[in-house]
Amino acid sequence: MVDDLVPAAAAGGRAASAPLLGRDTEPTLFELSEPGRSAWQLRTTGVPDLALEELVPEAHRRDSPVALAEVSERDLVGHFTRLSHRQFSVDLGAYPLGSCTMKYNPKICDAVAVLPGLADVHPAAPANCIQGWLELLVELEVALCEITGMAAATLQPAAGAAGELTGLLLMRAWFAAKGDVRRKVIIPDSAHGTNPASVTLGGFEVVTVPSDGRGCVDVEALYSVLDEDVAGIMLTNPNTLGLFEEDIRSIADAVHEVGGLLYYDGANLNAILGVVRPGDMGFDIVHLNLHKTFATPHGGGGPGAGPVAVSDRLAPFLPGPRPTRLGDASSPRFGWTTPERSIGRLHSWHGNALVLARALTYVLVHGNDGLRDVARLAVLNANWLRKRLSSSFDAPYDRPCMHECVLSASSLKRATGVKALDVAKRLLEEGFHSPTVYFPLIVDEALMIEPTETESLQTLEALAGALERIVAEAATPEGALAATEAPHLTPVRRVDEARAARHLVPTFDARPS
Amino acid sequence: MQVPDDRRYSTDHEWARLADGKVQVGITDYAQDALGDVVYVDLPAVGARVELGGVLGEVESTKSVSEIYAPVAGEVVAVNAALADSPELLNTDPYGAGWISEIVPTDVGALDALLDAAHYTALISE
Repeated sequence: MVDDLVPAAAAGGRAASAPLLGRDTEPTLFELSEPGRSAWQLRTTGVPDLALEELVPEAHRRDSPVALAEVSERDLVGHFTRLSHRQFSVDLGAYPLGSCTMKYNPKICDAVAVLPGLADVHPAAPANCIQGWLELLVELEVALCEITGMAAATLQPAAGAAGELTGLLLMRAWFAAKGDVRRKVIIPDSAHGTNPASVTLGGFEVVTVPSDGRGCVDVEALYSVLDEDVAGIMLTNPNTLGLFEEDIRSIADAVHEVGGLLYYDGANLNAILGVVRPGDMGFDIVHLNLHKTFATPHGGGGPGAGPVAVSDRLAPFLPGPRPTRLGDASSPRFGWTTPERSIGRLHSWHGNALVLARALTYVLVHGNDGLRDVARLAVLNANWLRKRLSSSFDAPYDRPCMHECVLSASSLKRATGVKALDVAKRLLEEGFHSPTVYFPLIVDEALMIEPTETESLQTLEALAGALERIVAEAATPEGALAATEAPHLTPVRRVDEARAARHLVPTFDARPS
Repeated sequence: MQVPDDRRYSTDHEWARLADGKVQVGITDYAQDALGDVVYVDLPAVGARVELGGVLGEVESTKSVSEIYAPVAGEVVAVNAALADSPELLNTDPYGAGWISEIVPTDVGALDALLDAAHYTALISE
């Protein structure tokens, strides 16, 4: 009897119930501007008004006042609140954007990051005044080294790509110290686009190796390009197809045999957290995306953090200064030290410190078991979706995946004209963020879906149901048209990305009227 | 998918058409369809020497950046300047107004090594 009164769990994770108003275009602040209006009030300070001429010498004055928007506090708050209601965010609903690990960020991490003892500290404060901060940074470094199987780390790099550059500069410094000039870095064709960009920025040449039929590095092709001019290889494991590189040990041995180094792109660390460690696979350098794996703010909500951990032999080259435990007997117990052959600073001050505080909170809240569960649930969720959706889409690599699955809308496009992009746009009005589309580049009409561990079975059901509905509707001409013109319900409808890229108009007053 | 039979094709989806001792080069209808909306074309320099399979330029679409490979070796003697302002010509007319460059080939016979329309059609139907 009681059971009858309990409703079935509602489909979770859909943002379709959110009041995403937005029939009209939101004006810019400049369009809201009215001369003489302002958002500040300083009426009873008793400070006398001084003319500009009395305060600023003529040589430093502008010819005319800068044209700033003049709006009231009420209009200002209304403007930004309206914009915030037009956003899709991790807090609003499921965000299966493959390769980005858009997991829910636990609020306890934010609560810690706003503690006055952490937030109200000046980065130039002397070490003896910030012992707590230094201990936090040292603890995080130890935790990240334990998770990755590495010996030492830098917390400075601002995000993943900055971590990649750090890793390549470490490679450079390593070979320079040995007087060994090497020019080439190997990258698989499934790699993130940042990899070849970082290689070039780091002063090396890119050598691309193809993937084999199973979606992994073609080992024979790799062996054929290995020589003593190879500084190293950059690998993502699991790779961008969401597949584990099963030959990693023999790849590591072969690269080490020619004296090269192995770089682990930590973009997909979420899949293996607490289960297997890059250091045990043979990697020498690892970057971590704290904003992905350790649930700190992400993308436009950043800043991020891309710490780099290295094996023992590379530790002397790490960026500095590093937070250091000077010893329990010493006073103060913590300080800053710079490694003897340091490549220098990669960030002003001490990196994006409050992001680091959030990451340590995430690690401590989860503990060893909890981190392992993160990886297991992320892999379980991705495989559940892969299996469920492989009857609606093509599954180019039909075998168990790790934390994300790559499907293809190739057959759908051939049969109905509805492309991966259209599926992604249609999904927006179903109340979900879109998956990544057209990446990895080696999969035609790719849909890269990463549900992360934080979504419930109800949410996965709702997401899969929405995708299945889109595919089913595409079978009729009306349904296909609805998909190719989607989204219809969002504040901003289909944007003309090609026109925006061909004719870039970066300022509002140059907009075509 | 259009594959005109007045020219030859590379397995990398470039086309090459011989006229007056020069080889006009572009990307195929299949290639432009796969790339999606082209937003920028990086053209080779006139006078540049290219190897067979060497990088002739780059095509950037809303999806990706892809290299264009030279289907024949030789010297670049002309480029399609219209692509600078109208990269969409690669989508709308890949075999005509969307041509990319003209090459004086080192060996005119090299075209024979490329695929004819029937074989290219077979390649993209796989």
